[in-house]
Amino acid sequence: MEGFGAKILFEIPLFDGIPVTETVVNTWIIMAVLTLFAVIATRKFEAVPRGIQNVVETLVDVLTSFTKQTMGEKKMVYAPYMLTLFLLLAFSNLLGLFGLRPPTADLNTTFALAMLTFFIIHFNGITKKGPLTYAKGYLEPMAFMLPLNIIGELALPISLAFRLFGNIVGGMIIMALIYNGLASASAAIGLSFAPILQVGIPAFLHLYFDVFAGLIQSFIFIMLSMVFIGNAYD
Amino acid sequence: MEAITGRALILACSAIGAGLAMIAGIGPGIGQGYAAGKGAETVGRQPEAEGTIIRTMLLGQAVAETTGIYGLVIALILLFANPLINLL
Repeated sequence: MEGFGAKILFEIPLFDGIPVTETVVNTWIIMAVLTLFAVIATRKFEAVPRGIQNVVETLVDVLTSFTKQTMGEKKMVYAPYMLTLFLLLAFSNLLGLFGLRPPTADLNTTFALAMLTFFIIHFNGITKKGPLTYAKGYLEPMAFMLPLNIIGELALPISLAFRLFGNIVGGMIIMALIYNGLASASAAIGLSFAPILQVGIPAFLHLYFDVFAGLIQSFIFIMLSMVFIGNAYD
Repeated sequence: MEAITGRALILACSAIGAGLAMIAGIGPGIGQGYAAGKGAETVGRQPEAEGTIIRTMLLGQAVAETTGIYGLVIALILLFANPLINLL
């Protein structure tokens, strides 16, 4: 059956052949765009911001104050990481607008990012609380709750990854179904050479599934990461 | 009438199962709507705290959505990466 999985574009002829999927190539595109943006936007800084410097300053300002509000003054070290994560996720989700497959529509991407949050949480839990207090946290409120607590901790990265993946891939599948439906509708009125109905109608759905849901989901991902990491401290 | 093969039976049942799994969407729908209603109520009472209210509401809705997303993932697995078909 023709699925909605990422297509393998080519193979690197090393070992048994390493498959390179659409997801990886699209992530390279986003990496290139973000790197170029960072280099160009930060080259000439002036005291009175002009043009693209305004964009950069607004982004950094908003994310810094947001981190301060959510995590508190002491955990400001996470602001750059959260901004990076937000830009990566926002650009990934918006890639659907260009007809490319969003890298976040692949469970590998979202799960890798969720695992980063997971490891930050537990590293901080062990180093900041001390190993004993950390281990004791699993026996709260009663010792027999230990398996439930462990399952709860393991469910965190899974729910974080599946939330982003499910939203993006759900939107992608609905968009693909609508494009196919409009193509058959155009064929039904005798325009199979040019699926004219595909023009314009999906734009509103792109607005919802790619722009609105994409930005909201990247925002929710970093907000949940902030809340969970903030909770790991105390 | 030709006999139904095992493979066809599994595919048909998986399609029905995928549809049933999406019933999970009812829960998050009700929950998120309730949270949004409460959020609107609170903004009406305290318009100056709108930013905080919207952020808290989105956080709660994101967590409430989890069960619905699990249902969606089960449906997607049944449709596109069916593990049952290999058991034949």
